[in-house]
Amino acid sequence: MANTIPNRKVICDVLIEKANTDKDIVVLCSDSRGSASMTDYVAAHPDQFVEVGIAEQSLVSVSAGLARCGKKAFAASPACFLSTRSMEQCKVDVAYSNTNVTLIGISGGVSYGALGMTHHSAQDIAIMGSIPNMRVYIPSDRHQTKHLIEALLQDEKPAYIRVGRNPVEDVYTEDDCPFEMDKATVVSEGTDIAIVACGEMVKPAQEAVELLKAQGISATLLDMYCVKPIDKDAVVKAAENAKAVLTVEEHTFIGGLGAMVAQIVSAECPRKVVNMSLPDAPVVTGVSKEVFGYYGLTAEGIAEKAAELLK
Amino acid sequence: MENLTAKSFELRRVVLDMIYKAKTGHIGGDFSVMDILITLYYKQMNVSPEQVADPDRDRFILSKGHSVEALYAVLSDRGFFPKEDLETYSQYLSKYIGHPNNKINGIEMNSGSLGHGLSVGVGMALAGRMDKRDYRVYVVMGDGELAEGSVWEGAMAGGHYKLDNLCAVVDRNRLQISGCTEDVMAHDSQDERWGSFGWNVLHAEGNNIAALDEAFNKAKACKGKPTVIIADTTKGYGVSFIENQAAWHHKVPTAEEYEQAAKELAERRAQANG
Repeated sequence: MANTIPNRKVICDVLIEKANTDKDIVVLCSDSRGSASMTDYVAAHPDQFVEVGIAEQSLVSVSAGLARCGKKAFAASPACFLSTRSMEQCKVDVAYSNTNVTLIGISGGVSYGALGMTHHSAQDIAIMGSIPNMRVYIPSDRHQTKHLIEALLQDEKPAYIRVGRNPVEDVYTEDDCPFEMDKATVVSEGTDIAIVACGEMVKPAQEAVELLKAQGISATLLDMYCVKPIDKDAVVKAAENAKAVLTVEEHTFIGGLGAMVAQIVSAECPRKVVNMSLPDAPVVTGVSKEVFGYYGLTAEGIAEKAAELLK
Repeated sequence: MENLTAKSFELRRVVLDMIYKAKTGHIGGDFSVMDILITLYYKQMNVSPEQVADPDRDRFILSKGHSVEALYAVLSDRGFFPKEDLETYSQYLSKYIGHPNNKINGIEMNSGSLGHGLSVGVGMALAGRMDKRDYRVYVVMGDGELAEGSVWEGAMAGGHYKLDNLCAVVDRNRLQISGCTEDVMAHDSQDERWGSFGWNVLHAEGNNIAALDEAFNKAKACKGKPTVIIADTTKGYGVSFIENQAAWHHKVPTAEEYEQAAKELAERRAQANG
């Protein structure tokens, strides 16, 4: 049965539960409580919530001020605005000042579909990843998202998380979701090709592995939810055991996961690396699924590219 | 009791030495903001080197981060770090860079890019309210800084949440790097602007410690809204040829200018000591 729970809802549920006993948790929104699925949190913990209005710069700075005074601040706002409108606040007040702020970029990537480039965040890995002391996480499904938020509550360092707007099909199950902080999850192991994916691209990549298996091609699939710090050892190991490397991301090819993987592979164990991504241009109009289909970011598209790469 | 006006000229001399040695710094704004910092650090704020991790300490943010030399002079004089450290200001590998950095004892937040401090202060004030602590939060901004839109996002939030534990100070020296603020981007009508955002607006002579002290006391007594103190200062205050000259925003004195400035500051200090 199709999953109906979006990752953003999982973040809300974890925070509702943890905030029952941890009074230092504070969630902040910029008129984004509905789109962040935070309405239930606000109802449950009104005293641990701050609304700043449509003011993303203030959202991030206020979060940093709270964090500097001992709070665990979670700022939830559309990824497109959080990563660009308030980039300087993320850089100075969060990363550079080293405050305990978790920036939750909701409706990330092309989730907002036909709303256009203003509402897409196809550059956030490049933007946030280039800031020293900022970590970047893009979880693949609801189970991993839960583990990630729980792990982030255990440390006091800045982080940016991107989640999509829509429910995504499960990659893992509640009982079988291996998770180690800052270590890629090995979804499958093979010897022909290494596929490295993050976020919503992990599920089609997982399906592509099955399609490839039917063609007699064995593939490793790394779920690189920890885009930064990237799990270098896992990339090297996967590449060393394969003939070529394919990366898949809901992001421009400039400064994204593929670029990071290519840097590692070219330096450590040279193999051909091909990147499947969004273009350096506004994407075509459509819902996420249609946009992914147009750019070949589907199970079939990934399998086809992998097979082609091995020819 | 220590003569704080005399101290203000003593610490301006420390700033002069730092900038002259390093050949970099923002002397005009350092000299205009000095009395505001001295009033806060010697008369108003509950801070000390022993309290840097005390959850009840008052919080200070120098949002006009380029006046960091003045802050360094004050913090070292209050014992947050050794005075000798100032000799490394802006030198190779020094942690004492040209803007505030919280790797330095006594500095809460990194600043330097204008327009961030007020919203950070809003967050600190909200945290104090949530935790039922009675510390106060002070944010010092420049008047040119008020052109940053993000300042007004913070002003809006401060007014909305009626943060009477938050006090902003505008170092209103009427000059910025390109000239008079009123020519670059007009900032008169501060009363109307802040008032309409729900703030209590006070004015004070900004290079007068007694007047500033009185204003901070009034701010503390004001309940139900945050206070902004418009501190009417003179840029470059204390040295005749530096005062009110936009070019001295970040000019470095020549050897002759250094000698002359040092002489004037010594005279002003002696006068203050009576």
